Amino acid sequence: MLNKKLFTIKQEEKPTREGFGEALLDIGKTNEKVVALCADLTESVKMDKFRDAFPERFFEMGITEQGMSGVASGLASCGYNPFMASYAMFSPGRNWEQIRTTICYNNVPVKVVGAHAGISVGPDGATHQAIEDIALMRILPNMNVFVPCDAVEAYAITKFLGKFDHPAYLRLTREKTPVILNDDYEFSFGKAIVMQIPKKDFKNKVGIISCGPIIYEALKAAKELEKDGIGVTVVNMPTIKPLDTKFLLRFAKNVQAIVTVEEHQIAGGLGSAVAEFLSEYHPIKIARVGIDDRFGQSGKQPELYEEYGLTSKHIVEKVKSII
Amino acid sequence: MNSLTDIEVKELSLRAEDIRESIIKMLTTAGSGHTAGPLGLADIFTLLYFRVLKHNPKHPDWVGRDRVILSNGHCAPVLYASLAHSRYFPIEELNTLRKFGSRLQGHPHRESLPGIETTSGPLGCGLSQAVGMALADRLENYKPERYFYVTIGDGELNEGQNWEAFLHLNKYKLNKIITIIDRNSIQIDGFTEDVLPTESLRNKFESFNFHVIEVDGHNFRDLYTAIGQAKSTLEKPTVIIAHTIPGKGVLEFEGDFHWHGKSPNKDEAKQAIKELRTLRGKIEKE
Repeated sequence: MLNKKLFTIKQEEKPTREGFGEALLDIGKTNEKVVALCADLTESVKMDKFRDAFPERFFEMGITEQGMSGVASGLASCGYNPFMASYAMFSPGRNWEQIRTTICYNNVPVKVVGAHAGISVGPDGATHQAIEDIALMRILPNMNVFVPCDAVEAYAITKFLGKFDHPAYLRLTREKTPVILNDDYEFSFGKAIVMQIPKKDFKNKVGIISCGPIIYEALKAAKELEKDGIGVTVVNMPTIKPLDTKFLLRFAKNVQAIVTVEEHQIAGGLGSAVAEFLSEYHPIKIARVGIDDRFGQSGKQPELYEEYGLTSKHIVEKVKSII
Repeated sequence: MNSLTDIEVKELSLRAEDIRESIIKMLTTAGSGHTAGPLGLADIFTLLYFRVLKHNPKHPDWVGRDRVILSNGHCAPVLYASLAHSRYFPIEELNTLRKFGSRLQGHPHRESLPGIETTSGPLGCGLSQAVGMALADRLENYKPERYFYVTIGDGELNEGQNWEAFLHLNKYKLNKIITIIDRNSIQIDGFTEDVLPTESLRNKFESFNFHVIEVDGHNFRDLYTAIGQAKSTLEKPTVIIAHTIPGKGVLEFEGDFHWHGKSPNKDEAKQAIKELRTLRGKIEKE
């Protein structure tokens, strides 16, 4: 499962958006119903390879996130599988109602691709840091929500979406982040994935549930915690909706507490989804690592992770605080 | 397209009065909804559904059909009445409008009712969807020609998304989209030129590189000719500015913006239907 080069000197780094771009090109080769729309950010969102290979199936919509949503909906209602991309702050940030009405309520299989999500986009500042997008998409009926943890998973999810006949949101990031998974990774829709289990049977057992590249911090934290005698199982949750509730129920029965980790507001994101379900069906101690009701700001990714409490060190503290 | 014969015009006029009567009845039974817009659009919809459209009510998903996109979704009653009178579903079902469990939702829902191409209601969304459909049509190079008729309210033009879509239409020269602006000059808060001045519409559309036709939205012959001209204009898309009278057919409703967003009570409906039937009688005698 985990890439053997991870945590070694040979560790590779690649942005999730690149995995998306490669997969979009590949699914375009085999499925001529795949079309792509972009709002003046084609290279940024890595649709350029698709554009160059299939110019007739690529639509440059200009900076019209709302209009683009409608156009994608129209294409989807005629049997196409449209991927529409912009920065997550603008799509689904600006066009939420269009996504709700003309994609979700219409129930047509548009793939909303939100790039440059999270505060890691850095120097651009809060206006461009989408940290509410999972919440916005998760609450919509018919919508499915995906957050890949690395470029390998982004590739795998995009390939899956090439055949997926429902509305979907795919969250991507700008920065190069560690390649966490092996090349042979196969995505399984709606399934949680255990990424790392404790080396031995510790008395203290904690679960960390995470999504997106920040799971790297969670994996680091787990290693640290083991040194302190706390056994941590790290779970990757690439499908936020539908949530793998079967797994959650089983998992919650085998740990003392759960900590969720995400680069998103703690309100409405993965942590909320997990807490909503477990508080109703199997109450357990839960703590959420994420951005706590604040806007982002300019800065480098490590500076921002430090400021907003998202590093492995913060995760370690959070785990210790609840057991 | 030939022009309409006298007999055809007469038949369409009678049909339009039937549709108006259905609109009044369904709104009164529902106890809420929009009156002025649907009555004002009745002639345009009658012409579309009973003369212009290539469609098959028995097979609403027939791939070769023309499509009607009601962007001004609050005018659902005129769409529902046109579909029912075309036998997409029983006319009696019109009485379920806005009621619990009905397929006739307050605003159209694509998955609820046969013949509904898009969900609409939140304004400004229809034309963008038509752009997507026309792009799909072009990708498939579908023959024979299919057309996409989009109705947009003039108040609805306040919404910015329309203007994004106008840019898209121009970019892709989507001449199979025929946009019909319901220029009835009212919206909820008053006259369009008071709420948010929209004129000169013709100049705006011409500057967006559209073929613009202005027409009396209650004149079947002129409307039919305009649609014919739109179809034969290949180099650019056409916008038809259809001047309509809101509440058309019922004197008390005509031109009064207060009737934009409310339904008639039983007495008002009785009076309205009497008027419509008197008018119908006159047309029959002609």
